Amino acid sequence: MKVKLNKKILGKNDECALQNRTFFSEHNTLCLNVISSPGSGKTTIISRTILDLKDKIKIGVIEGDIKTDIDAAKISQTGAPAVQIETRGACHLSAQQITAKLGAISAADLDVVFIENVGNLVCPSDFDLGEQGRVVVLSVPEGDDKPAKYPGTFAKADCLLINKIDLLEHLEFDIDKVIKDAVKLNPDLKIFQISAKTASGMNHWYNWLVCSIEAHTPKT
Amino acid sequence: MHETIVARSIFSAVSAKAAELNARPISAKISCGQLNPINDEILKFAFEAAAKGTVCEQMKLEVVHIPLKATCKKCGKGFDFDIYSPACENCRSEDFEIAPDAPLLLEEIEFEDT
Repeated sequence: MKVKLNKKILGKNDECALQNRTFFSEHNTLCLNVISSPGSGKTTIISRTILDLKDKIKIGVIEGDIKTDIDAAKISQTGAPAVQIETRGACHLSAQQITAKLGAISAADLDVVFIENVGNLVCPSDFDLGEQGRVVVLSVPEGDDKPAKYPGTFAKADCLLINKIDLLEHLEFDIDKVIKDAVKLNPDLKIFQISAKTASGMNHWYNWLVCSIEAHTPKT
Repeated sequence: MHETIVARSIFSAVSAKAAELNARPISAKISCGQLNPINDEILKFAFEAAAKGTVCEQMKLEVVHIPLKATCKKCGKGFDFDIYSPACENCRSEDFEIAPDAPLLLEEIEFEDT
């Protein structure tokens, strides 16, 4: 006897993701899921963005790490609210973990919530957290073969930040190859070349961020 | 993809259905897309571990990989998109439209006839 189900296998995660997405939409808050390898500069990019845009937009951060609240503490130094999730071994955040923290986020006061995922270029891309957009960060020292090696992560992103471009002169990194490989997988991908350290290119990223807030959140 | 989480999720769905029908499951058909692909071997291994000593022990998993469909913007030809080597099969153009990827589904379960 065969029983047809057509049931979503990660249905529980998707149910929580829908709950999260509804929560952020109802509060007119743009939620962005930030994914990258460890050490690409996610926390530095977010911290600099908070400080540079502090007069324009209010930003909150949910930090995901296997262990420690080091990143939440760094974000708190900027004055922005930060909530830490310790995954205790899990290599990605799942939607249930975000749902559990919704009460700790005063979303009504925020224009953007960044979810900084666990540093990992593979697993986080499989789990919808209820975000309205995905930002992938790739830093120059990681090498220019990453879009080709980790296609799923780049194919599902809305924005790619190529970080640490101040190191281009010291390293062999073919930025044209990265862009070509990423656009092949994802023709709509917005790509910005930045250095969160020197602030180079950050204005283009800020423009995209502000436009995305306006597009997602019809605040009057 | 996270085969252990997927295996546990399949196991709990199959176990619940088996209890509801009071029947022993023989096999289950899973389908996945290309952006969230399953490694069949790891999934089967993880499922065996989850199912050991239960009504699901001995049951087989079949994984169907559904291609990602793309249409070339240059020559108009439709083709199966290979994310590891994306180009039109016909004219090798790299300018194309990609259709939505197939979701990860538990399509059907076969139970022993009683």
